[in-house]
Amino acid sequence: MHFYTYDGSFEGLLTVVFEAYERKAWPDQIGREGEAPPGIFATHLFVPTDEAKAKRVWEGLGRKLSKEAWENVYKTYLWEQPGFEMLIFRFARLVFSSQQKGVEENFADACVQKIAAIGKQMFREKHRMEAFIRFQRTQDGLFLAPISPDFNVLPLIITHFEKRYADQPWLIYDVRRQYGAYYDLEQVSLVSLEEAPRGLRQGQLSPDILTEVEPLYQQLWQTYFDHVNIPERKNKKLHLLHMPKRYWKYLTEKKPRQQAHQPIQNKQVPTELRQLNP
Amino acid sequence: MQTSLVEKLSILADSAKYDVSCSSSGGKRKNEGKGLGNAEGMGICHSYTEDGRCVSLLKILLTNFCIFDCAYCVSRKSNDVKRAAFTVQEVVDLTINFYRRNYIEGLFLSSGIFKNADYTMERLVRVAKKLRKEHNFNGYIHLKTIPGASEELVKEAGLYADRLSVNIELPTEQSLQSLAPEKNFTEVLTPMGHIKDQLVLVKEEKKLFKSTPSFAPAGQSTQLIVGATAESDRQILTLADGLYQNYQLKRVYYSGYVPVVTDSRLPILSTPPIIRENRLYQADWLVRLYGFGVNELVDEQNPQLDLQIDPKLAWALRNRHVFPLEINTAEYELILRVPGIGIKSAKKIVAARRFAHLTWEHLRQIGVVLKRAKYFITCGGRSLETREWDEEAIRRRIIFGEKGSRANLWGSQLDLFQQAG
Repeated sequence: MHFYTYDGSFEGLLTVVFEAYERKAWPDQIGREGEAPPGIFATHLFVPTDEAKAKRVWEGLGRKLSKEAWENVYKTYLWEQPGFEMLIFRFARLVFSSQQKGVEENFADACVQKIAAIGKQMFREKHRMEAFIRFQRTQDGLFLAPISPDFNVLPLIITHFEKRYADQPWLIYDVRRQYGAYYDLEQVSLVSLEEAPRGLRQGQLSPDILTEVEPLYQQLWQTYFDHVNIPERKNKKLHLLHMPKRYWKYLTEKKPRQQAHQPIQNKQVPTELRQLNP
Repeated sequence: MQTSLVEKLSILADSAKYDVSCSSSGGKRKNEGKGLGNAEGMGICHSYTEDGRCVSLLKILLTNFCIFDCAYCVSRKSNDVKRAAFTVQEVVDLTINFYRRNYIEGLFLSSGIFKNADYTMERLVRVAKKLRKEHNFNGYIHLKTIPGASEELVKEAGLYADRLSVNIELPTEQSLQSLAPEKNFTEVLTPMGHIKDQLVLVKEEKKLFKSTPSFAPAGQSTQLIVGATAESDRQILTLADGLYQNYQLKRVYYSGYVPVVTDSRLPILSTPPIIRENRLYQADWLVRLYGFGVNELVDEQNPQLDLQIDPKLAWALRNRHVFPLEINTAEYELILRVPGIGIKSAKKIVAARRFAHLTWEHLRQIGVVLKRAKYFITCGGRSLETREWDEEAIRRRIIFGEKGSRANLWGSQLDLFQQAG
C-alpha cells in the first residue's frame, strides 16, 4: 500500500500525481506532510513540490477537460474536506486513461459526479461571499471585510472584487484561515496580519478606527433592510434557507439596532381585517 | 424641521417595496478605466428580507408625493401618509456609499408623479446621468419609466440605465379604468413600444458600428398585480405571453396583492395570494424556458392554475398519453417536460447517456426528483413502480406522501389549505 505526502500546496498535489505515474505505484492515500501513515505496512513517500512536473499534469488535464471541469479540479483542492486528495488523483487517472474526450460529462461515474458536485458547492460558497461580504470603511480609507467561509474560497473571489472596486483600497480577511487579499489600487496581494484590527474577528470594527460617516451608513442600511420587508409575507423558513445563520455575524443588517425599528404607518388596512388580526 | 435622511429612507423604501422586480443581471456593463462597479456578470442577491425576498438593489422612490389616485397604491393622492422627497444628490450619495460597502448591486429608482410625468422622469434621468458621468459608476441601474413621459426622456434614460420598466399593474383595461382612472393601457404600452423600438434599433446599429452607445442593455420588464382584480390566470398569462412576444420583454413580474389601502373597489384579503403568485411564476418559466405554450397550461376549461400542484405536474397528469418516456432514448425537449426534471438535470441526462446506459441510481445522483419523475419515465424499459397508478392516485401520493395514513393526510391537507389562504 502506498502513502504519499506533499507540502499541502496545489502544485505539490499535482506533483504527487506525476510521481505516481512515474513509478506506476498508485496511491492508496495522500496526506499532508507530517500526517501519520494509515498503517505500519504502508510505503511512505514524501514528494517535494516540483513546479515543472505540476505544470505538466495541470496542462495535461487542461487539454482533455472543458474549462469548467478543469477549474473544478482546483476547486476540489480548495474544498479542503477529508479525502479531497485521493478524489483529485482518481479523477486525474480517469481523465488520463480515457480515450474519449468529454469524460467530465460521464455523470454515471461516481468520481465525475462528486467533482461536479463539489464544483457546485464551491460555486455556491463563492457566490455567497460575493453577496454577503460587508465592507467597513476605516479612517485611513481602507474598506475592510472579515469572512470565515466554510471552504477556502478567497482565491476564487479576488477577481470579482478587483473588477468591482477598482477605485478603492480594500482588504478581505479570512479570519478562520488567517490570511487575506489586499488591494492597494494597483494590485492584489495575499497578506497575513500579525495582529488583527480590534473587532475584526467579531465582525464589528471598533468605532475609533472607523471613518466618521461609517456608523451612519451602517444605520441607513439597517433602516433600508427593515423597511423593504413586507410583514404580511413573512416567511422565516425561506429567509433562513437563503441566508443561513452562520453568515449573520458579518452582516451589517443582522447586527443590533441603535434604534428599534419603527414601522411606517402608511397603510390603511380595511377595518374588517383589523378585527381579524388585531 | 428637515426630515432626516434615515426617516426619508424609511418612508421612501417602504413605499417602493411593493414593486417586486429585483433582477440585477444581464447588464454587461464593464468597469473600464478604474471606475467604480461592474455589472457584467450574473445578478447577486446581497441580502434577503424576512419574507424571503432577494435584496439586490437599493429600491426606493425619489418621492411618494403623487398626483394620481390609484386604488391599489400606498402612495395614492388621497392616502393620508407621511410624504418625503429625496434630492438628486441624496440618492446618488446613498447609492455610491451602499455600493462601496457591497450592500447592493445598484439602484432601482421609481417615483410618485409630482407636477407631471416629464418633470418626474427628468429627475430620474438626472440621478442616473450623475451616477454614470460624475461618479464613473458601472453598477446596475433600473429606472422606472413614468407613464406619459416624452419619448426623448425615455430615450435618454436608456443611455444610462441597464433596465427600463413600465408597470402595467392591472391585466385589463377595464380593471385599470376602475382602479386607476388616471391611467390607461395606451399610456403604458406607448412607452413600452418606444423602448422596444429603440432596443431593436440600437441592436441593428451595433452590428454596423461598435461604438453605438448602449440602450438599456438588460432590456425592459413590467409588473402585474395579482389578486386585486378578477382576472383569471389564463388572462394574465396570455397577456404576459403577448408582452414577451410583441414587446420583447425580459421579464414580467407578478406581485400578489397586499392590502395597503381601504377601498370599496378592492377585495378584502387576509393574506396576500402567495401561492397563486408562485404558480404564475412557475407557469411563466415553463413558457419562457421549457417550451410550453400558454394554452397547454391553462385553457377555457381550466382558466386557473392548480394551487395544489405545480403547472408542469398538472400538465403531465392531463397528458398521460405522452408518458412514460424512456430516459435513455427520449428527446431532450420531451425530457424537459417530465415533472421532477429541470433544465440542468435534462442536460446532464442527455450528456451522460452517451457514456453509459443510465440506471435509476444514476438519475438519483444527477439530481432528478424521483418522487415525482418515477410516474412518468422508464429506465432501460423498466418502471420503478410495480403497478399502474391513475391520475388521482399520483396526485395524492405526490402531495401527501406515499404512506397515506389518514392522520398524516389530514395534517398535510390542513396545512395546505392554510397556505392557500
